[in-house]
Amino acid sequence: MSDETINTGRRYFLIASTTAIGGVGVIGAAVPFVKAWMPSAKAKALGAPIRIDIGKLRPGELLGPIPAWRGQPVFVVYRASDSLALLESDTADLADPDSENTDMQPDYARNPWRSRRPEIGVYLGLCTHLGCSPKYYGEVQPETFDTDWQGGFFCPCHGSRFDLAGRVVKSVPAPDNLPVPPHFFETDDVIVIGLDAETA
Amino acid sequence: MAETDTGAPGRLTRFVAWLDERMPLTETIEYHATKYYAPKNFNFWYYFGVLAMVVLVIQILSGIWLTMSYVPSGDGAFASVEYIMRDVEYGWLIRYLHSTGASAFFLVVYLHMFRALAYGSYRAPRELLWLIGMAIYLVLMAEGFFGYVLTWGNMSFWAAQVIVSLVGAIPFVGPELMEWVRGDYGMSEITLNRFFALHVVALPLALVALVFLHVVALHHVGSNNPDGVDIKKHKDAQGVPLDGIPFHPYYTVHDLMATIGFLIVFCAIVFFAPEMFGYFIEKPNFEEADPLKTPEHIAPVWYYTPFYAMLRAATFPLFGLSAKFWGLVVMAVAIVIPAILPWLDRGKVRSIRYKGLLSRLMLAMLVVSFIVLGYLGTIPPSPTATALAQVFTVLYFAYFLLMPWYSRIDRTRPVPDRIP
Repeated sequence: MSDETINTGRRYFLIASTTAIGGVGVIGAAVPFVKAWMPSAKAKALGAPIRIDIGKLRPGELLGPIPAWRGQPVFVVYRASDSLALLESDTADLADPDSENTDMQPDYARNPWRSRRPEIGVYLGLCTHLGCSPKYYGEVQPETFDTDWQGGFFCPCHGSRFDLAGRVVKSVPAPDNLPVPPHFFETDDVIVIGLDAETA
Repeated sequence: MAETDTGAPGRLTRFVAWLDERMPLTETIEYHATKYYAPKNFNFWYYFGVLAMVVLVIQILSGIWLTMSYVPSGDGAFASVEYIMRDVEYGWLIRYLHSTGASAFFLVVYLHMFRALAYGSYRAPRELLWLIGMAIYLVLMAEGFFGYVLTWGNMSFWAAQVIVSLVGAIPFVGPELMEWVRGDYGMSEITLNRFFALHVVALPLALVALVFLHVVALHHVGSNNPDGVDIKKHKDAQGVPLDGIPFHPYYTVHDLMATIGFLIVFCAIVFFAPEMFGYFIEKPNFEEADPLKTPEHIAPVWYYTPFYAMLRAATFPLFGLSAKFWGLVVMAVAIVIPAILPWLDRGKVRSIRYKGLLSRLMLAMLVVSFIVLGYLGTIPPSPTATALAQVFTVLYFAYFLLMPWYSRIDRTRPVPDRIP
C-alpha cells in the first residue's frame, strides 16, 4: 500500500461526483421545506368566494362595513350618474385610464367604469404601492390632498390617489389601478366575489 | 485556616487540571481574556461592542420568558400581550425590558458601527470581522421586524403588510413570492406563526452563531484603537505587545463600569418612558390588528426610519421599472452598502485622528444625513419632506460612492509608530 501513488484524477472525480449527487440531494430535501410556506389547504379554503348584499347601498356610498375577501378589504361603490359621466371625460390626469394593464382587472371590467354594471364598482381596497388600505372620499369637493378633488380614494400612507373607478392618478407612488377581483352578480342585489361566473 | 501550605496543588487546581485534560478551558480563557492584549487607549466608543452583548443577553432572557405567556395566533396574539402586561406577575417589566431592549440594541449597534467608521476598524486585516458584523446587523433588522409584528397591534399589522408588499415590487416573481412569504392571500395568522418561528428560533440561533464568529475573528486579528496604530508591531521579549494590556482584568472591569452606567439609563427608560412618547411603542399598536383599516399614518420604529425615508424618496420610474421597485432597490442597497467599505477606502491612515478635513466632513455629512433621514421617515409624506429625503439620500450614498476618490486625495497626517 505504501508505495502506491495517489490517483489524483480519480480523487477529483470522486469529490466532484459526491458533491454533485449530494447537491441534488440537498435541493430535493429543500423542496418540502420551501413548499411548506405555500398557502395551506386551510388558507385556500378560507380564500373561498364570498357573497355580498348591496340591497341597501345608495348612490354616492361605499358599502360598509367593508367586506373582506381572502382577508383583504373589498370596496363596493355605488356611483351617482354625474360621477359616471366624469369617469368617461375626466381622464387626463390618470396613469392608465383605459386599463391597459390587464393584470389589474378581468376582461369584463376593461371599460371606463372598470366594472360589470357602470354604477357599481368592485375593487380590492389595497393600494398597489405598498398595500395600505386607501380611504373613500366620495364627495366632489376640495380636499387637503387635492384642491380639485372629483371623488375617489386617497391612501394616507404615501399619498396615492385613485378616482371612483379605482384608476390611479399620475405621479403618485402607486404604479397601478386598484385591482378588480373576479366577481359576478348572482341576483340584482347579491355579488359573488372570487368567481368570474356561476360554476356548474 | 488550619491547613498548612504543603505546596501540593489544592482541590480546585486539581479539578481545573482534570478539566484541562479533557477540554481547552484554561487555554480558552487565556486566549480570549487573560492573555488577550487589547490596545491600552480604548475610549468611550469602545464600550458599545460589550454593551451590544449585554443587550443580547437581556433580549434572550426576557424573550424566553415572554414566549412562556405569548400565544402566536390571530385571535390570541394581541390578547396574550395584554395578558402579559396586566395579569402575569412582572409581565409588564419583562415585556418592557424586551421592547426597550430592541431600541437599545439598535442604538448601541449604530454607535458601534459609527466607531468603526471613525477609526477605520473595517480596514485590513479586519475586513472579515466587518462583514460578519454587517451580517449581524442584517439579522438584527430582520429579528426586530418579526418581533415587532408579533404583538399584532394595528401598526404591527400594517407595517408588516407594507414591508411584505416590498417583496411584490420584484419584477416577474414578486406577487408569487409575496404569497409564499405570507403563506396566504393577505397577512394572516399563518404569516404571524411563521414570523414567530423565525423570531424565537431561527434568527436568534443565527445571531448567537454570528456573534461568536465576530468575537473569534476579532480576537484573531486583534482590536483596532482610536489611533489606528497596529500594536503588534512592537512586542516585548515574551511576545506581548508593548501598547497592549490584558483584556482581563483591565477591560473587564472597565466594561463592567460601562455596563452599570448603561443599565442605569436603560432601567430609567424601562420604568419611566417605556413607550418613549410613541417612538418605541406607537399609539395605533394599542389597538388590535384590523386587516380592513389602515392607521392614519404609517411609520416604522425609529431604527428603520432612515431607510424608510429613502424608500419613499424614490418617486419616479426609471429604465422602464416602477418607482416602487426603485424604492426597494434604494433601501436595500442603502442597508448593505457599508459592507463594501473595506474596499472603498483608499486612504493611507485608518483613524479619523490622522485623516484630513475632507474625510472628516464626509463622515459628518453621513451622520447628519442619517439623522435627518431618520426624522423624515417618521413624519407623514409631503412634497417638501420628499424633496429633502431625495437630497439626503444622495448625500448618504455620496459618503460611500465617492470614498475611493476623497480618501485618496485627502491630506492625512503622519501616524505615530506607537500609541502616543
